[in-house]
Amino acid sequence: MFFLDHIWLIPLFPAFGAAVMFFFGRKLQKQTVSIVCVGMVALSFLWACGAVWQYQGWAEANHHQPFQKVMFTWLGTDTGHMNYTTHDGTLAPFQADAGFLLDPLSAIWLLFVTGVGLLIHIYSTGYMAHEGGYYRFFGYLNLFMFSMLTLIMGNNYALMFVGWEGVGLCSYLLIGFYFHRPAASAAANKAFIVNRIGDAGFLLGMFTIAWYFGSLRYVDVNLLARSGHFNIGDPIITAATLLLFVGACGKSAQLPLYVWLPDAMEGPTPVSALIHAATMVTAGVYMVARSNALFVLAPTSMKTVAIVGALTAIFAASIGLVQNDIKRVLAYSTVSQLGYMFLALGVGAFAAGVFHVFTHAFFKALLFLGAGSVIHAMSGEQDMRNMGHLAKKIPTTYRTILIATLAIAGIPPFAGFFSKDEILWQTWSSEGGAYRILWLVGFITALMTAFYMFRLVFLTFYGKPRMDHEVEHHIHESPKSMTVPLVVLAVCAVCAGWLGWPHSLGGSNRFEHYLDPVFAREAQVFQEEGKEAQLVAGEKEEKHTNPLEYGLMFLSVAAAGVGFGLARRYYAAADKGYAEPIEQAAPPVYRTLQNKYYVDEAYDYVFTGRRKIGDVRLGAMGLGEASSWVDAKVIDGTVNGAGRITRLSGKISSWWDKWIIDGLLVNGLALITHPLSWFARLLQWGLVQWYALVMVVGLVGFVAYYAWR
Amino acid sequence: MEALGQISTLHYLVLAAALFVLGVIGVLTRRNVVIILMSIELILNAVNLNLLAFSRLYGLHGQVFSIFVITDAAAEAAVGLGIIIAFFRNKETVNVDEVDLMKW
Amino acid sequence: MQSHILSIILFTPLLGALLLLFVPKENKHAIRWIANMFALAGFLISLPLVPMFWEQRFEPGFKFLEGGANNWIPSIGAGYNLGIDGISFLLIMLTTLLGWISILSSWTAIEDRVKEYYIWFLVLQTGMLGVFMALDFFLFFVFWEAMLVPMYLLIGIWGGPRKLYAAIKFFLYTLAGSVLMLLGILFLYFNHHTLTGIYTFSIPALYQTAPQIPYHYAFWLFLAFFIGFAIKVPMFPFHTWLPDAHVEAPTAGSVILAGVLLKMGTYGFVRFALPFFPGVVTNPKVRGWMIALSIIGIIYGALVSLMQKDMKKLVAYSSVSHLGFCTLGIFALNSQGIAGSVLQQINHGISTGALFLIVGILYERRHTREISEYGGISNVMPVYATITMIMFLSSMGLPLLNGFIGEFTILQGTFMENRAWAAWAVPGVVLAAAYLLWLYQRVFFGKVTNPKNEKLHDLTPREVLTFVPLLILAFWIGLYPKPFFQILEQPVNQIVQTVRQPNANVNAELPVVHPEIVAQTSQGGK
Repeated sequence: MFFLDHIWLIPLFPAFGAAVMFFFGRKLQKQTVSIVCVGMVALSFLWACGAVWQYQGWAEANHHQPFQKVMFTWLGTDTGHMNYTTHDGTLAPFQADAGFLLDPLSAIWLLFVTGVGLLIHIYSTGYMAHEGGYYRFFGYLNLFMFSMLTLIMGNNYALMFVGWEGVGLCSYLLIGFYFHRPAASAAANKAFIVNRIGDAGFLLGMFTIAWYFGSLRYVDVNLLARSGHFNIGDPIITAATLLLFVGACGKSAQLPLYVWLPDAMEGPTPVSALIHAATMVTAGVYMVARSNALFVLAPTSMKTVAIVGALTAIFAASIGLVQNDIKRVLAYSTVSQLGYMFLALGVGAFAAGVFHVFTHAFFKALLFLGAGSVIHAMSGEQDMRNMGHLAKKIPTTYRTILIATLAIAGIPPFAGFFSKDEILWQTWSSEGGAYRILWLVGFITALMTAFYMFRLVFLTFYGKPRMDHEVEHHIHESPKSMTVPLVVLAVCAVCAGWLGWPHSLGGSNRFEHYLDPVFAREAQVFQEEGKEAQLVAGEKEEKHTNPLEYGLMFLSVAAAGVGFGLARRYYAAADKGYAEPIEQAAPPVYRTLQNKYYVDEAYDYVFTGRRKIGDVRLGAMGLGEASSWVDAKVIDGTVNGAGRITRLSGKISSWWDKWIIDGLLVNGLALITHPLSWFARLLQWGLVQWYALVMVVGLVGFVAYYAWR
Repeated sequence: MEALGQISTLHYLVLAAALFVLGVIGVLTRRNVVIILMSIELILNAVNLNLLAFSRLYGLHGQVFSIFVITDAAAEAAVGLGIIIAFFRNKETVNVDEVDLMKW
Repeated sequence: MQSHILSIILFTPLLGALLLLFVPKENKHAIRWIANMFALAGFLISLPLVPMFWEQRFEPGFKFLEGGANNWIPSIGAGYNLGIDGISFLLIMLTTLLGWISILSSWTAIEDRVKEYYIWFLVLQTGMLGVFMALDFFLFFVFWEAMLVPMYLLIGIWGGPRKLYAAIKFFLYTLAGSVLMLLGILFLYFNHHTLTGIYTFSIPALYQTAPQIPYHYAFWLFLAFFIGFAIKVPMFPFHTWLPDAHVEAPTAGSVILAGVLLKMGTYGFVRFALPFFPGVVTNPKVRGWMIALSIIGIIYGALVSLMQKDMKKLVAYSSVSHLGFCTLGIFALNSQGIAGSVLQQINHGISTGALFLIVGILYERRHTREISEYGGISNVMPVYATITMIMFLSSMGLPLLNGFIGEFTILQGTFMENRAWAAWAVPGVVLAAAYLLWLYQRVFFGKVTNPKNEKLHDLTPREVLTFVPLLILAFWIGLYPKPFFQILEQPVNQIVQTVRQPNANVNAELPVVHPEIVAQTSQGGK
């Protein structure tokens, strides 16, 4: 049980790496930096493999309970004297552990985060080789790994929040890595602040949980949630889950808080791959999946999750159709795929959502790293309008990107096919078909996905070369440190889906069964209590094959085919000034999509207040201006006014004092006295000794008079 | 000790009166402020002598008061000298005739 | 046997000030060294207090008692009576540390009237420590007022262009508050005599009688204390002296002002207003007003911060926002809220103190605090930029740094009392990120646009040294706050118990939790 007992080392390795970079990074050689940082992540990965492997054995012996390792009491005290009152008047201790938890859910995240993280670290050693701030970059990456692992492995919501904000910070630091570029620093700020809005929701959700359940530990909360004390549709649980979902919307870039993710592409490409595609943005999915016991008690929240997910999926995909920046296409694709995951969670198919997170991590990381390789080859060019005909020149990159595209488009037997198909099928069949409209949304999104991804492939690798000669001359395949991770990821992008080979195609869906200890109990709880199983999690995989399932499967593959065909027709031979089909068919639609539905502008008018409507400024800055005005004029005005009134009354008093009291009464009297006193003044001639003499003479006179009278 | 026993209160009073007159004359006639100050000391000590002499007859109050007077004299000398120095800095003289600032 | 450690801590700075009187004012070097030595000594002497206090952290009542009731001016019942509990202990440690840091930070910043500057600073230090130690209202009031004068002089002599306006505003405003407080104190004093026949200013004695004052008097008394403390905190709408004072004060003055002086208001609430007037503070209407003012302070301070063009003013308004959290926690009236509030006071002292140092460092180099004058400072001052980033993050409440612990505890405590209160306060967390990061973006990111900024030199070792203790504390509180909560546990529970006598089960030995959790944790926690 060596690995399992020291599970706390997994996040601490990269934390150590980050600390080394912080203190000594400036003085270290690039090579040393790579060895330390990549080495730490590799250690984490190996340790994680060991721990997950040992957990298998431990779980067999312990009724598939989650494994917990509590290090110390982090927040609050362990004396039991600092308590708070929960909703029903009982006392609960104010205490959150620094403790780690391992169960199948966190095991999956643990493996792909450390695995993909390791590959991206290796890739970065090549990609960032010629950049300044090398140690800073790797320090941030390691810090990110630490935060992400804390997020995954924490055994309570407070610790999840630590990781949650930590990854947000690292995202901020890495988006703003090129801090001298104004766009990068603005994007970094936007990412952090939008995430903070989500975090505020998370915070309140967490408090609601603490208030309602008296604990923030997952095991406690799940135990209580599953105990049957709470009704389905409990308003407090609904509120808690909705608030948590606000947090998830921020972190996982769902409507309406998705705006930061496309801008986040200002960061270096490996960052986009690691943070903004594979790992961090899936934290919201993790959180909802982790809180599944609560979410199933709140059908309203589930519906919200599903609807928001579906809307985000199609919304982002439609924007992705017309973007020309290769990374932005992928960014919108990520938002869209995250929408899929939430759709799955919302219809109760937790395992399917997690499965899609898992496969998506590989092919989306691969796409981003491939795009990075393309950009590397193109000397920093990101605009696909200036690419073309690269397939021959950078063959490894081309092949791996093609595999990833096939995977994301949902072509069997690549990874994306299994997970996406699972989601669509679950959406179709859940709640007796109540969500079929969402299935349709998902289906259209699948078509769009195939279209924009193949558009990307054709514009980049086929058609006529559209770049400058200078750039064309420099095109070269990336170094081994970059291509090897690509190949490894490509293998995963092909094979990862096989873990969840569905029953209907003769598989056994091992992935889902692995997650049974986390999710399946939900379904059982409902059935045992004899309640109408509105949302049956994970158990919808009928053992018998359903002809409809085959039909839908065929439909989604066909949609991918149609997307491919359309993209090929319009872009396969694109030359300079090629025509955009959407622009030709419906220019207003194209403009709207090109401008991302004007959402950023609308937010700037309404929420941030960076733009004025006429002369009026709304939003936070508008409020700020108004408050500053109130502060200066009204509040401080009152204070200064009080001061002024005091001074005015002082002036009046002093005038009265000077002219009436002093002037009329005192000085007036003196003025009268003055002429009367000229004689007396003669006596005052100013020589002290003469005065003294007069005094003495007078005294002697007095004494003499009384003595000899 | 016989001779001392014959010294009566009157002797003291006479001595004190003599000292007092000397002091007064000094204050009235000298032009140097420092000497005027010293003369004031003489006057004060004459008073002290009187107090002590009478304390023989009327108890310790006189002695207590004479201590107060001595303290007071010291303070007065300090302040007085301070004023003189400040004055000398301004006028470069310690002659009282030059000090007629209080003239109307 | 009495231990005299409190008196020693209290008077070490004053001793330094007395010694400085005898150093010729031309010898600036010696003056600086002596002042720094005494400030450091003041801090080092307070360190032995830590293990001594730790031993008895769970024991009830005040510790390290010194002097006694009525031993100073027996005829009016005033005593030289010192003693501390967990709350004042933490604030004293903060004061000695920040006192040292701010004196260290003014090494090059102050060039004229050096001697007077350090003397007043050390006197101020003694005044502040006295406020936190006094267990006698007369003594307390003496220190409370005594501390005003040095601060007034620090702003008025070594301040910026509008220093006189700021200094007088500060002085009169706070004086107006303390006059009302004095009236309140006198009422309590005579009330105690009426009830017991004894004239005394002893605070423990007044704890016994003050809660018996009927509501219609107690309300006005609370109001008098409230105005005195609210001006000091400062709570909205009594806050406008703060930005002026901060902007005009020298850097070290700002650090002390924000780090310690403001805490006297909140300390006053915790130490006096709550236990003296439990009937008033638990009155829903009064409490509602207090909470409302706190929440307005949080949001409003943050919004005003957002639009500031002067860095120091921005930080000053952020103080209003942060202190809003502190008062919010206090009037949550539960142990979490108050403990969080005290911790947040410490955190605010650490982070905002550091923020003022940060602004001061730039000001010393460029003599301007206009945000638009800067840009791209990261390029020329990387170490400075890094420290600033950490302190900004601490100030905006990022987990694993100190600010988060305080805010989280306060918000959770508030949430347990009323859901809406916490929900209204939470946007302050978002806005904090907005104004701080925007400031960071404008000052540190981008290219160096202003040629005057190209030659700025990075931090000197002395400047780094001023930040080191603050950084250590920021991480310590963020990573392992348990000791702080344990120190606060007893006094806070004590206050909550006093305030909420009817249901005084706060100190119950074992918490009654859901039985399922007990079952689960006993078997699951391997």
